[in-house]
Amino acid sequence: MKKLESTWYNMVIVLTVICIVAGAALGFTNSKTETAIAQIKERQLTDGIKEVLGGGELTVEETDTIEATGAVVYRTDRGTAVQATDPKGFGGALTVLVGFDAEGHILGYRVMDSSETPGLGQKAQQWFQRDGKGNIIGKKAGSLSVRKDGGDVDAITASTITSRAFLRCVNNAYAAMSGSTDVQSGATRQIGGQSNE
Amino acid sequence: MNNLKVLLNGIVRENPTFVLLLGMCPTLGTTSSALNGMSMGLATTAVLLFSNLIISLLKSLIPDMVRIPSFIVVIASLVTILQMCIKAYAPSVDASLGLFIPLIVVNCIILGRAEAFAAKNTAVASAFDGLGMGIGFTIALTLLGAVREILGTGHVFSLSVFPDQYGALVFVLAPGAFIALGYLIAIVNKLKK
Amino acid sequence: MAYILIFITAIFVNNIVLSQFLGICPFLGVSKKVETATGMGAAVAFVLTLATLVTYLLQKYVLEPCGLAYLQTIAFILVIAALVQMVEIILKKVSPSLYQALGVFLPLITTNCCILGVAILVASGTYDSAGMEPGLLSGVWFALCTALGFALALIVFAGIREQLSMMAVPKGLQGMSIALITAGLLAMAFMGFSGVNNGLTKVFGL
Repeated sequence: MKKLESTWYNMVIVLTVICIVAGAALGFTNSKTETAIAQIKERQLTDGIKEVLGGGELTVEETDTIEATGAVVYRTDRGTAVQATDPKGFGGALTVLVGFDAEGHILGYRVMDSSETPGLGQKAQQWFQRDGKGNIIGKKAGSLSVRKDGGDVDAITASTITSRAFLRCVNNAYAAMSGSTDVQSGATRQIGGQSNE
Repeated sequence: MNNLKVLLNGIVRENPTFVLLLGMCPTLGTTSSALNGMSMGLATTAVLLFSNLIISLLKSLIPDMVRIPSFIVVIASLVTILQMCIKAYAPSVDASLGLFIPLIVVNCIILGRAEAFAAKNTAVASAFDGLGMGIGFTIALTLLGAVREILGTGHVFSLSVFPDQYGALVFVLAPGAFIALGYLIAIVNKLKK
Repeated sequence: MAYILIFITAIFVNNIVLSQFLGICPFLGVSKKVETATGMGAAVAFVLTLATLVTYLLQKYVLEPCGLAYLQTIAFILVIAALVQMVEIILKKVSPSLYQALGVFLPLITTNCCILGVAILVASGTYDSAGMEPGLLSGVWFALCTALGFALALIVFAGIREQLSMMAVPKGLQGMSIALITAGLLAMAFMGFSGVNNGLTKVFGL
């Protein structure tokens, strides 16, 4: 088959047809995958909440968003889960979901999203668990810090910045939980106080 | 037989990473672990295979002067379709590769193969070329990822080689990527002789 | 103050080439001479800033209101390709001397992934905006600073490679291999800046 000539007419027709076909293909795929994507986001969050509160079925009773920090508080019948973000991880923001019991003891956590160097975010997911080296499960949150800063949590080997960002997330999460029942400025003040430590 | 040669050409003789030195951004950016490197390689293979196939089927219908824009539209649509599928069915891959998935569009391997091979050869040969190049790319990325992961953390996939406190974290970070690839290329150069 | 912070963060702390791995191809490809590196750096700075501006407006006023956000990648790459062509044509007419200096680099820019990468980061609001609300002004400023960071890395690297070309390099390491290792050492030097942005945030009281 002979190649089409590069006339204006041919070029416009070909480009238009290609764009229409491409657009249609994309629209079709989008309509097929849109609901699946939304469902996955939803499921990741509910799975996360279940995991950090010790597993098992539960119902989310109330959801609060603290505007000053962007933290989201999920109150359930089995404790409270808070998703908090710290912008100063190693190379980007770190988002952690933390579960608390009624007294503010940590039940569990999960690193939801990290623009950190990939190895580091995954390390944080294991390091601070009950059988990890920097166990924080069961501790009371609010003013956790790494040993280097005078606290009692072991930092991840060679990743102090990530560890600090992680603990700031946990502390912010606690502040958001305990502050969200009061007026909003209360929560903001508490968080400001901690990050200046 | 001929197709097999085309396939092997991409894997060994003209390996896109070690020999042609194309597509360096994803090579360095996504190989912080062997698994990430492999997912990126497979995603690129899928796009390469289909872009080569479609472009060689369309080659006689596309006038020369609008060749490049048409190729870009085809490649970008394929990448977007892939991106949606990954988001929907493999969210963990989406989380670890992030921005580098849409950036497959500007990976020079894909446009390069479309221009150098698919625009001149039959559909079957082009598909084999895309597959070969993709496999070559995947092998290179997995290898680089494995080297970096072992040196940096002491384990690869979920196999532990040595305790992770002896790992040199710098290999997982940016500088290690450049250095590890530099030495891998030196080794390949040596082996070629 | 936040603009100063973006400036320092984008150039030194999160250097686009040495810590974000975007734009590696031109970084390795056109860094043999300082002169060409400067030209490429300038061309990228120009196109990156312009492309970010256009794609941001496209995203906010066309794609999102029409519910076509999934066409992002394809629309952005076409805009960038068209923009590069346009800049080339305009430069040729308006300033032939500038065209002579930048002209040869322009066609290479379409496939420079830092352009598309930064455009997507800014349009989706996931760039490091130093605590400010992501928006047009801070986004374009971020793009310009990123491009300056690219130019800086490229020019410094070209300077090192000029020296390197006079050295006796072991045979197996010659060419791209030693260049990559050098880039690794340069990246290590830039790692020394990590954490500077957090310190400055405190100093500026942001």
